[in-house]
Amino acid sequence: MIRIQRRQTTPRWLLFAVPVLSLVAAFIASAAILLIADKDPLATYQRIFDRAFFAPGALTGTLVTATPLLLTGLAAAAAFRMRLWNIGGEGQLYLGAVGASGVGIALQHQSAPILIGGMVVGGLVAGAAWAVIPGLLRAYLNTNEIITTLMLNYVAGLVLLYLIFDSQSYWRDLSTFTARQFPQGKVLADAASWPSFDLQFAIVPFGFVLGILAAIALWLVYRSTVFGFQVRVLGDSRAAARYAGIKSRRVIVAMMALSGALAGLGGASEVGDFRHVLDPRGLQQAGLGYAGIVVAALARYNPLAVPVVAILIGGLANAGYSLQGPDFPAGLVGVLQGTILFFALGGELLVRYRITFASRSPAPAAAAGT
Amino acid sequence: MNNSIVVVLAASAIFYGTPLVFASVGELLAERSGVLNLGVEGMMLIGAVTAFWSVQHLSGPDWVVLLLATLIGGLAALSVSLIHAVLVVGLRANQIVSGLALTIFAGATGLSSYVGNVARLGGQPAKHEFIGLNVFGLQDLPVAGPILFHQNALVYASWALVIVVLAYLYRTRTGLHLRAVGESPETADVMGVNVARYRYAHTLAGGLLAGVGGAYFSLAITPNWIDGMTSGAGWIAIALVIFAFWRPELTLVGAYLFGLFSSLGFVLQARQVHLPPEVFASLPYVMTVVVLVVVSTGWAKQRLGAPAALGTPYVREER
Repeated sequence: MIRIQRRQTTPRWLLFAVPVLSLVAAFIASAAILLIADKDPLATYQRIFDRAFFAPGALTGTLVTATPLLLTGLAAAAAFRMRLWNIGGEGQLYLGAVGASGVGIALQHQSAPILIGGMVVGGLVAGAAWAVIPGLLRAYLNTNEIITTLMLNYVAGLVLLYLIFDSQSYWRDLSTFTARQFPQGKVLADAASWPSFDLQFAIVPFGFVLGILAAIALWLVYRSTVFGFQVRVLGDSRAAARYAGIKSRRVIVAMMALSGALAGLGGASEVGDFRHVLDPRGLQQAGLGYAGIVVAALARYNPLAVPVVAILIGGLANAGYSLQGPDFPAGLVGVLQGTILFFALGGELLVRYRITFASRSPAPAAAAGT
Repeated sequence: MNNSIVVVLAASAIFYGTPLVFASVGELLAERSGVLNLGVEGMMLIGAVTAFWSVQHLSGPDWVVLLLATLIGGLAALSVSLIHAVLVVGLRANQIVSGLALTIFAGATGLSSYVGNVARLGGQPAKHEFIGLNVFGLQDLPVAGPILFHQNALVYASWALVIVVLAYLYRTRTGLHLRAVGESPETADVMGVNVARYRYAHTLAGGLLAGVGGAYFSLAITPNWIDGMTSGAGWIAIALVIFAFWRPELTLVGAYLFGLFSSLGFVLQARQVHLPPEVFASLPYVMTVVVLVVVSTGWAKQRLGAPAALGTPYVREER
């Protein structure tokens, strides 16, 4: 007889064991999909891990893919923690890239610190502004934020395409004949390239450092500010928050702005660290905002766990890009990410409930449906 | 007369709205049982890719192949929806995160893309496709002909579906039990209704219908396969359920409205109206937001029709 009871307290080791076991289980389950497609799972996994972490330069590449995931992961973790379902990290990241590259073009003759600082602010503000739209709708008109943030992702993608392909916008390079024939964004000045830090075993991009700082800051905000307290109360019980007199509308708008700013910073880092140009197709192919949700869920919305998970998922994605080809079809990475998430969700049951296998006969008074 | 812009728009609104009818009626069934499934986009893409694979690999008369392919698309989507059902009904996982996980797992850059790429489906023209029928020989009738009598078989199937679901929800005992499960699972449980079984069954039915909606994309709209070809239709279908106040007959209105927005771009472009393509392309998404805002405020403030237990797991021990 299996009994499932809600846990009063959760043992600490379970919080670590469950995600790790979920990962292992996900790799085992995905092996079945590989076998059906006639691929050797062990060899495939070995190649994935090699390309993600161990091959020369692999870790540097992994940090490149992990940087935007770290920031969109934090964006999702922050909002999801208070059960505000901001699925719009994708669009907020696009707008962040638009903001950062706009500032980058405007300040191109300034010195590097001003230029880079301006790009960071541009990304933060543009991402926050895009996220505040569904935030205000949610707070004041009670419009379901899941759908609105999602719909705005598609609109943001079209904004990107419009700026580069179908207008004479500020972002588009119109200086040469070829550039007018084959639309592309203005390439930023060299001074607008964000710095990176060589740690011998890997090169760390500036955006990743910003992400780590943001993770620590977010953790501190939760731990020791009034806003963080209000967010936690709202996340645990809307009714309790109302009794406590928390102005939930303001907190919702502020949280959407914060979440959007983090995702926008991810977009700024894509421009400043890696692309140095507003590149609609490249940004849209990556699906960085959606992958951020996977990162946040696996980290159980804990800001300090987000960087670790981002490196892991970023490693998967990095291996996916470099291995993609006939014997490593696109889509495998999404399958792996989804499967990991399924097992992590299933594993939550173990965290929240105690499962006991008791003998059938002596039914204690407390058990069973009253 | 049948080439006038109003007739063309009306006919194509129905044509482009039909996949939304299937997907949102399916989502409506799941939500009526209390299960929110945000995996519609992923399930539709699975339906699209498996149905397209089927028409390329099955042989036989057109209608047999198309029927089988649509069924296969539906069943494939049903089987991925089983994952969501097990997680949220069996294991009480968070419905929102699980649904998102389903879309990531199955959607563009996920399983549907994997299947399409492994089977090399990209760039092939479909060997069989749904084409407009000539119902009762009335396709040349003025106005009504192209709108009502020259659609493909799935359009007529979607009308039948809405009627059947209406009758099921409001005229049968199981339909009554279903509504009870969604409104108050405790009461349903006391009545002797197996809450978990109803939730499983209707989540799977939602998956089946989402798959059929996806098949419509690869067999009727484009007749080919492209990664991520539903481009957000699954999410619009979820919004439509809210728009329709969880009533099947109203999903038709919403779906055709959105079909109209999707087709407006093509129709106006063909008539030399020049505006940036992004403006038309963004219409369905912007309108979804606008409609949601209208529905969730003012006269509809009471969350008209939302199943009370939507999104919450039912745990008998914690009743």
